[in-house]
Amino acid sequence: MSNMKNSARTLKEAKEPLFHLVKRQQISTGKAWAIRIGTIIFSILFISVLTSIVFRESPFEVIKYMFEGAFGTNLRVNVFFRDMSILLIIALAVTPAFKMKFWNIGAEGQVLISAYLTIVCMYYLGGKVSNGALIVISLLAALVGGMAWAVIPAIFKALWNTNETLFTLMMNYIALQIVLFSIKVWMPAGSGQLAPLPYGNLPHIGGGDYVTSIIVAIIITLFLFVYMRFSKHGYEVAVVGESQNTARYIGINVPKIIVRTLALSGAICGVAGFLIAAGIDHTVSIDTVGGRGFTAVLVSWLGQFNPLAMTVMSFVVILLTIGTTNVMVNSGVANDFFAEVSTGVAFLIIIICEFFIRYNIKFRKRVENDHPAVPDNQQQAELQEGGTAHIEDENEIGSEEVE
Amino acid sequence: MKKRLFAIVACVVLVAVIGICFAACNHKNDYNELEMPAYEDLEVPDYSDLQIPKDFKFGAICLHGEESTYDKNFIDAIKKAITDLGLSVKDNLILKTNIAETTACYTAARDLADQGCKVIFADSFGHEPFMVQAANEFPNVQFCHATGTNAHNEKYKDSTGNVDETTTIPSNFHNAFASIYEGRYLAGVVAGMKLKDMIDNNQIKDNQKDANGNVKVGYVGAFTYAEVISGYTSWFLGVRSVVPNTVMEVSFTGSWYDVTREKTSAEYLINKGCALISQHADSMGAPSACEEAGVPNVSYNGSTIEACPETFLVSSRIDWTPYIKYIIAQTVKKEAIDDDWLGTIATGSVVLTNLNADTVAEGTLKKIVELRKQLAEGTLHVFDTETFTVGNEKVTSHMFEGKEVVKDGYFHESEEISAPYFDLRIDGITLANEIYEATDNWSPNKK
Repeated sequence: MSNMKNSARTLKEAKEPLFHLVKRQQISTGKAWAIRIGTIIFSILFISVLTSIVFRESPFEVIKYMFEGAFGTNLRVNVFFRDMSILLIIALAVTPAFKMKFWNIGAEGQVLISAYLTIVCMYYLGGKVSNGALIVISLLAALVGGMAWAVIPAIFKALWNTNETLFTLMMNYIALQIVLFSIKVWMPAGSGQLAPLPYGNLPHIGGGDYVTSIIVAIIITLFLFVYMRFSKHGYEVAVVGESQNTARYIGINVPKIIVRTLALSGAICGVAGFLIAAGIDHTVSIDTVGGRGFTAVLVSWLGQFNPLAMTVMSFVVILLTIGTTNVMVNSGVANDFFAEVSTGVAFLIIIICEFFIRYNIKFRKRVENDHPAVPDNQQQAELQEGGTAHIEDENEIGSEEVE
Repeated sequence: MKKRLFAIVACVVLVAVIGICFAACNHKNDYNELEMPAYEDLEVPDYSDLQIPKDFKFGAICLHGEESTYDKNFIDAIKKAITDLGLSVKDNLILKTNIAETTACYTAARDLADQGCKVIFADSFGHEPFMVQAANEFPNVQFCHATGTNAHNEKYKDSTGNVDETTTIPSNFHNAFASIYEGRYLAGVVAGMKLKDMIDNNQIKDNQKDANGNVKVGYVGAFTYAEVISGYTSWFLGVRSVVPNTVMEVSFTGSWYDVTREKTSAEYLINKGCALISQHADSMGAPSACEEAGVPNVSYNGSTIEACPETFLVSSRIDWTPYIKYIIAQTVKKEAIDDDWLGTIATGSVVLTNLNADTVAEGTLKKIVELRKQLAEGTLHVFDTETFTVGNEKVTSHMFEGKEVVKDGYFHESEEISAPYFDLRIDGITLANEIYEATDNWSPNKK
């Protein structure tokens, strides 16, 4: 082989990497969703195989436990749809802001402050006003709290262009500290837990604390679907999200839209906080929201900001969380680390799938050179084999060293 | 090619180094144990003819998983009780771990009841209000809560003493604890004998004595609650029963599990001249500080001999197995469960681990076996009012929930309710700090 050819090849290799990414121009919605649903099923199968290897159960058994944990009894079905509804409501709350490219990660704090204000009303007014009045007052307090926590960063963003991600994140911590402080005032000694309060609880429709949340979730989903797709407000949000300059050009008052949309976001978070506090928990602690404000961001993203698709996604997320925990309980594992790991793995697979829906991998085209190139390739292959053999050698040495 | 070769070599070296590290860490230290015999007159009920249905289900709620020594103690006991009764852990136990002291506990309890559990057990103090909530909802299921204080009340009373008139304590809600102060007293005697040995061998340095020539010992506590006060006082009385001229300093961490703080507190006490340390907190912080400084240590909740072979003396702990068996048996027989069950030395609930043969003084084992019998038979009382004073005066009266608890010459601990309520500040013990709630701003000696 000649030197010239060899150097030409090296040059080519240096210029063209093994693969590169191309953003997909067009992928039909149907195809994209087929890929997504396929990935979700794959991720469930994958973690069940993973779990079955670690805990020596059959994968079918694992899947059975998973679905048993979510739908095994009437109570579990109710709890499942209740949790799914709450997560969905929070995810819906963050969606209009995201659509506007306002990166609000403050849902956690917005929900927490609303739940907290609901409990404040229950704590101080409980037994003094009628239950009905208390529910109305605490709902109003929750709405105001949620809106305040969302609108404050929005005003700063609209007027002074502050970074909304950091701002909303910090608001989460403020809410957390307020709750912590108040619990210390209410419960100066002991375990630092406020026992469930008996006043101002939402009535149990159908004998449980599930139906209210489910109904509210359905109403908000439909409302937001119509709001985002068919209303003037929804259109304005979309335009501001696409380009603020365009929005300004066609006469949209951008600061006003930002504040108005975040007020809506905050209000929906307020509803979620109110449902958690008055409808389910009847108490508040720093774990009341328990990360659902952040999980909701995942749901909103994976659902492509489409309220109906987000329903599917919150279903999947809750199925994974409840399901994997139940698998651990049934495998007799006395901690739930592996449940968290496998849920994480499943999410990762789903997120990676989003990447492949958006980008296409183009591999380097095979070198179609003239004849002499072939032996060259073969030679390289041999060289690689030599390399692998070498690794094995090294490994043996390594294992001897360990011993 | 060279680059790739280098990468491969680097990987192999890395793997080898990690492997060597693991091999080194697995290396067990040598230690010798003196086996602690079980108490000779155990009052163990006979469960051999108990007919437990095959589909019987026991539900358990734990604050953390097996990684916490506190919860592991419960989980091990639950599994042992289930196996001992001829049941299977896989089929008859539903164990929920990492259940926070929030509504999560209520949700978990409700799910367990819904799964058909006839008796549900929770292991952490803060689970109580949520267990009460679930107990009200499922009157046919027994709810047993370790370390709680409400089962004897009619209405729920929170830890600050506020009574919630709207929450009734139902008859299917029960509390349990153990007379662990007796175990700590025995562990204190082990420490006292070690201390005497050190004094006899002139191993006590000048800075380890106070101005009056008293020998200093130290104690790392979690919070300044009755549970901890009862614990360190009984341990101190055990030490002082052997070495009368002892004084103790206590440093609180403000957390049940905080390795750094427990270690800092222990180091603070060691630097102040404490010749021996014990603790009531759940991490390895204090034992490891003792091992580094070569100061003898009395542990809690389990033996730390593997990690600390040169300083570990003994550890006391509560064995929950008898209680778990008891509640299963009562539930199966449809008989009432005690509202306030108290485990004792005689029930096999208060136990000591094996002693460290290399560190304890000669004759220790014989002595504590003897004292254990006296405690169990009631001829020796830990809080004998002859052995301590408060404000230089003998204690003649102390009220707990409107009842006199100082009678017959001793403080009746854990008799009114199972949870500890001894909270007297006796002479000879100084507190470096006092902490009643979790705090971020902490120092081992800031009041």
